[in-house]
Amino acid sequence: MEIKDVEALAELAKIELTQDEKEAILKDMGGILAYVKVIEKVELDEEEPVYTLENRWREDVAEDRDFSHELIVKQFPDSQDGFLKVKKIL
Amino acid sequence: MIDLEKLTIEKAHEALQKGVYTVRDLVEAYLDVIKEKNKEINAYLEIYDDVIAQADKAQKIIDSGKSDILTGIPFAIKDNILYQGHIASAGSKILENYTASYDAFVIRKLKEKGVVVIGRTNMDEFAMGSSTQTSAYGVTRNPIDPTRVPGGSSGGAAAAVAGNMALVSLGTETCGSVREPAAFCGLVGLKPTYGALSRNGIIAMGNSLDQVSPFGKSVSDVEIIFKALSLHDKEDSTSIPLESRTAILRKEEKKIGVPWHLFETGVDPEVMENFKESIEKLKNVGYEIVDIKLPFSKYSLEAYYVIMPAEVSTNLSRFDGIRYGYSEKGDNLKEVYMKSRGTGFGREARRRILLGTYVLSHGYYDAYYNKAVKVREKIKKEISSAFLDVDLIATPTAPIVAFKIGEKMDDPVAMYLCDIFSAPANLSGVPSMALPSGKNSEGLPLSLQFMAPHFAEDSLFRVGKEFEELRGMI
Repeated sequence: MEIKDVEALAELAKIELTQDEKEAILKDMGGILAYVKVIEKVELDEEEPVYTLENRWREDVAEDRDFSHELIVKQFPDSQDGFLKVKKIL
Repeated sequence: MIDLEKLTIEKAHEALQKGVYTVRDLVEAYLDVIKEKNKEINAYLEIYDDVIAQADKAQKIIDSGKSDILTGIPFAIKDNILYQGHIASAGSKILENYTASYDAFVIRKLKEKGVVVIGRTNMDEFAMGSSTQTSAYGVTRNPIDPTRVPGGSSGGAAAAVAGNMALVSLGTETCGSVREPAAFCGLVGLKPTYGALSRNGIIAMGNSLDQVSPFGKSVSDVEIIFKALSLHDKEDSTSIPLESRTAILRKEEKKIGVPWHLFETGVDPEVMENFKESIEKLKNVGYEIVDIKLPFSKYSLEAYYVIMPAEVSTNLSRFDGIRYGYSEKGDNLKEVYMKSRGTGFGREARRRILLGTYVLSHGYYDAYYNKAVKVREKIKKEISSAFLDVDLIATPTAPIVAFKIGEKMDDPVAMYLCDIFSAPANLSGVPSMALPSGKNSEGLPLSLQFMAPHFAEDSLFRVGKEFEELRGMI
């Protein structure tokens, strides 16, 4: 991994990093990737695993929740007339 | 004076029932210790302003004769468990101003029973760490030796109980975040079966791994909490319906498997010596000890450090500076994201988000993420197979004892290795419990860990209570 890879990942993850932070992360990633790389070499037999998990959905009908509308709106960093306000996208 | 050091839920319940003391007396006893110790230990980030009101409410339930065993019991909760109307920051700057808009399922259940929630406790940022040193709100110290870490990520919840600042507490585990601090602080810590306790209202780190996990000074205390909270929650799609919770129970649960090959190296000699002594003690009271092999479990921590960051990078994308939490101004939407996340997340969180982004990216997905998921399936399978022959699996809880504050902060892999024996239970979903097993030459706690088959928590409680007697701890 090189510094430009860290930059690309930070761009994808939408995290602004200073030059020092990029260098620190590059160093850390080197150590961590050397450690987890072992996983690539683990020998598995040909048999594909059978996943038994399934999604569980509920019907799309309104149900009572104890969410407080007021508390949710209060969390918005920026709001107007009870709506979340965001920067113009287009 | 209430002897907080030796107090258990059962003893407190009896005293409250008989009117030996009131809930307010009990809560005030803890608040006094908090006042004296919390400044140094930093177990709590906040003591809730309604603690006395909660105590009075609990007293009314007791006076009316309708109390539950948990009524009036003082709890501490980890800072990633939502408690309506109160801040829940997950130890992160990005949630410094976030007020929970609803109660976590487990909190709702505790409220129904009339427990007293004293406050929220410090943790590694977003539960990422094994020493409670990555919190945006300072380190937590180990009450047994304040120059040392309490373990993590639920270090504050552990320190609160170990330091007599709460009778019991709730932490969360993704990989050892309750068992390892239990080991470092001399407590009992239970990681329940995945799907036993609802994750609804818990700030997620790794959804396929996270589980609410109690701390107590005795097996009986964590058992009481587990039984009160092990319920189906239809609002959590990974909560398992009660009728599906069947454990394979045998009459004679006396066969313990020890995967010696997993800890031939890398374990502190005193930890190893203590583990062997513990096993010997169990043998002497009739347990059969057999050597077992778990060849894929050897790769548990490596698999974990691929799967968890992948889930982290997905989960933490919700913290965008737009909907709630810390927000920095920017000229456009992207700048708001970049700046808010850049400043809001600490070093370890950034590290794991980027690592997760990497292992999920095109070109690395098959080599890392997909492979780790396959290895995880193998681990699940081999642990299930092992339980066809043995009733319990024993290992040391952690390879080392509580280390000094400041250690391992510059070496992420050394920090990750603290949880090497925790990973198999989280990856396979089986329950596991850490038990105090003595002290080393410096007086620091040592710990023994058991794993049991899915939903066989009762086996853990049984062996745990027997072991407590062997150790002469009760």
